[in-house]
Amino acid sequence: MKRYTIFVITENFIGILNRITIIFTRRGINIDALTASESRLQGIHRITIEVTVNEDTVIQLVNQIEKIIDVIKAFYHEDTAVVYQELALYKIPVSRLDSGLEKIIREHNAKIIAAEPDFIVLELTGHKEKTQELLEILKGYGLLEFARSGRVAVAKRMLTIDSFVK
Amino acid sequence: MKDMMRGADIVVRSLIAEQADLIFGYPGGAIMPVYDALYDYHEQIKHVLTRHEQGAIHAAQGYARVSGRVGVCLATSGPGATNLITGLADAQIDSTPLVCITGQVAAHLLGTDAFQETDVVGISMPGTKWNIQVRTVEEIAPAIAKGFYIARSGRPGPVLIDITKNAQVDFGEFNYSPCLGFRSYKTHHPIEKTIIQEAAELINKAERPYLLFGQGVVLGKAESELKFFLDKSGIPAASTLLGSGALPQEHPNYVGKLGMHGNYAPNLLTNQCDVLIAVGMRFDDRVTGDLKRYAKQAKVIHLELDPAEINKNVRAHVAVQGDCRESLSMITEAIQAKSHPEWMAKFRELEELERSSVVQHDITPTKTGLTMGEVIHQINQYKADDAVLVTDVGQHQMIAWRYFNYKKPRTQITSGGLGTMGFALPAALGAQLYDYSRQVICVVGDGGIQMTIQELGTIMQTKAPVKIVLLNNNYLGMVRQWQQMFFDKRYSFTELDNPDFVKLADAYGIKAQKVSDRADLKEAVEDMLIHDGPFFLEVVVEKEDNVFPMIATGCSVEEVRLS
Repeated sequence: MKRYTIFVITENFIGILNRITIIFTRRGINIDALTASESRLQGIHRITIEVTVNEDTVIQLVNQIEKIIDVIKAFYHEDTAVVYQELALYKIPVSRLDSGLEKIIREHNAKIIAAEPDFIVLELTGHKEKTQELLEILKGYGLLEFARSGRVAVAKRMLTIDSFVK
Repeated sequence: MKDMMRGADIVVRSLIAEQADLIFGYPGGAIMPVYDALYDYHEQIKHVLTRHEQGAIHAAQGYARVSGRVGVCLATSGPGATNLITGLADAQIDSTPLVCITGQVAAHLLGTDAFQETDVVGISMPGTKWNIQVRTVEEIAPAIAKGFYIARSGRPGPVLIDITKNAQVDFGEFNYSPCLGFRSYKTHHPIEKTIIQEAAELINKAERPYLLFGQGVVLGKAESELKFFLDKSGIPAASTLLGSGALPQEHPNYVGKLGMHGNYAPNLLTNQCDVLIAVGMRFDDRVTGDLKRYAKQAKVIHLELDPAEINKNVRAHVAVQGDCRESLSMITEAIQAKSHPEWMAKFRELEELERSSVVQHDITPTKTGLTMGEVIHQINQYKADDAVLVTDVGQHQMIAWRYFNYKKPRTQITSGGLGTMGFALPAALGAQLYDYSRQVICVVGDGGIQMTIQELGTIMQTKAPVKIVLLNNNYLGMVRQWQQMFFDKRYSFTELDNPDFVKLADAYGIKAQKVSDRADLKEAVEDMLIHDGPFFLEVVVEKEDNVFPMIATGCSVEEVRLS
C-alpha cells in the first residue's frame, strides 16, 4: 500500500464531487484528504485526492473516475512524482505567549497571520511531517484550534490540462 | 415568430425529436404538466400506463434490449422516482440505454422536505451513467438531448433527468438541437494497428485458442464480424449469459455457454487453452469463478470498449480497447485462415458427456414429474426462429438459458448483472410492444412473477400477446438448491403458498391453462404459441429439481460439477 495523489479535471457542474467520492465509498476506501477548486481554465475544476491503496486499486479508481461523464481526465501519481504543499493553521491563546513560543515560531518558519486580544493564529506551509511536528509541540501551548488543508499539488511531468480540454 | 410553449410541451417535443415513439410511465402530481402535454401528442408518441413505476422501467428495458433503441420512462417525484431505482441499477450493470424523466417539486421547495420530495439525483447517482436536475425551462431541451446522447453512445446506460414542476409550467422557446458530443466524453477510441498485429500474431501461433463473447458483440452490432472471424480462424467460441444469440447456436464453432450454470466443456476447457480471446465481455464473477485459478496458463486478448473493464478482473496481455466491430474485422484481416479440429473435438467429447449425464435427464426425463428443461425443449420445437426469450431470475432462468435455441441476436432478455426478480413480466411486455408480430416468450418462476404480477393489468390493457410460461415448483428454487447443497437442506423461508394462478390470469382477462402431466405438455405449448393474444401457461414442475452443471462459489472453472 502506498500513498497516491489523484488529480481529477472536471467540468464545473453540481454533483460531480459526489459522483467521484462514491467511487471510493463503494470500495470501502477512505479518502485521506481532498481539495477542490477552480483550475487555471475557467469553468474547469481541479480536484486533488489523497488516498493510501495499492497500485492495482488506484489504477481501477482512476479508470472509474474517468468514466464519469463530466470528468475530463484523471491521473494518479506517487509522492515522488508531485510537488505539493499543505497548509496548517494553529490558534494559540495569548496567555501562553512567551519567549519559548517565539523561538518555536521562528525555528519552524511559521507566520503569525492573525493577532486578536485573546488569541493568535499561526500559519505553516509544508509537508505533513512538518505541520505534524509543530502540532505536537503546540499541543503543549494550550492549542485551541487546528485546521489542515489537503494537498495542493502539481505534477512533475511536463503535461498541461489544455491538451485534454478542447 | 418564436415557438413559445410550456416546459412540459418542450419535454414531449424533445422526446419526439429524439424519435421516441413508445414510452412507459405512471403519472403523479409532480409530473402532471408533462402528462397534460402528452395528451396533445398521442399521434406522434405512444405512452403505456403500467401498474407500478418498476414495471415502467423494466418495460423500457425490455423495449430497449429487443430493439437496440433507447427505452424511455416517466415517473413522478418522491416514491415514483424511488420505485425506478432497481431498474436503473439493473440497466446500469447490464449496459441498457434508458432515459428516465422524473417530475420534481417546484424549485423553490427543494430541500424543504416538501410533499413527495426526494433527492432523486442523489439517490440515483450510483445507478446511472449520468443524471441531472433541471430547474428552468431553458435547460429542458439541452438536458434531454444530452441524456439521449449519453444513453445510447459508447457503453450504453441509463440516465435520469429530474425536472422541477416550475420548469414544466413556465414558458420557453422550443429550439431543439441534438447533442453531437462534448469535450469531457470520448466515445470513439481509435484502434492502434500495432496492437492488432500483436493480437494476430498470438492467434496465429496458438494451438488451443478459445474465444469468449458477451453482450458487447450485440451492443456493438458486431455479429457478422464475429462470424467472419470465427469462420476464418477456426476457433471454438462460447457465450456469456447476455451474449447468447450474438452467434447462432448452429454455427460450427459454437461450443456452448459459460459460467456458473453454463455448459461443461466451455468452463472446463478454459483452463486448458493457450490463447483466450474475450470479446465484449467483462469477466463477471459468475463466468470466472475463482479468479486465482482462472485461465492463468493462457495469454489473454481482451477486445473491449470500456477502458475501466480492461485489467479489472483479468490481466490482459493484449488489450484491444475500442469498438469490437472495428477490432474484430481488423484482426480477421491480419490472421491466417486455420482450423483446430483436435482442439474442437475435445469440446464435442465433453459435450457428449454432459448430454448423457445431465441434458438427457433435463429435456427427456423418464420420472413422472415434469422438469423445467423439458418444457423449454417443447418450446424450442414450436417457436419461431426469431422468438424472443425473456426470463426472470432463478433456476428457471438458468434452465431456459441452457436449453433455448438462440438463433438471432437480441432474442435473449434477462437480468444478468443485477439478477432482479420480477424483471421478466414487465420486460416481456416492453419487448412485445416494440413489435406485436414477434413471438415473445416470457418464462418465469412462481417467486419472481409475484414481484411484479400487477403488470398483468398492463398486458390486459394493451392486449400485448405475450406468452407467459410459469414454471411452478412452489419454491424459491435457486435458493432452495443452495440450501440443499450447502445449508444441510435447511429450507429456511423458501417454500411458497401460491394462489390459483389460472384464476388470477383469468381475472385479468388473459387466456390461461395449467399443465401437470407430460401427456398434456406438447399440445399446451403449441396452443399457447399459436394463440392470438396473451396466454398464461402454468406448468407444475418437480419440487426439488436442481440445475447442473454448476460451479459453486469460490471454485475454479475446472471444478465445474455435473451433479
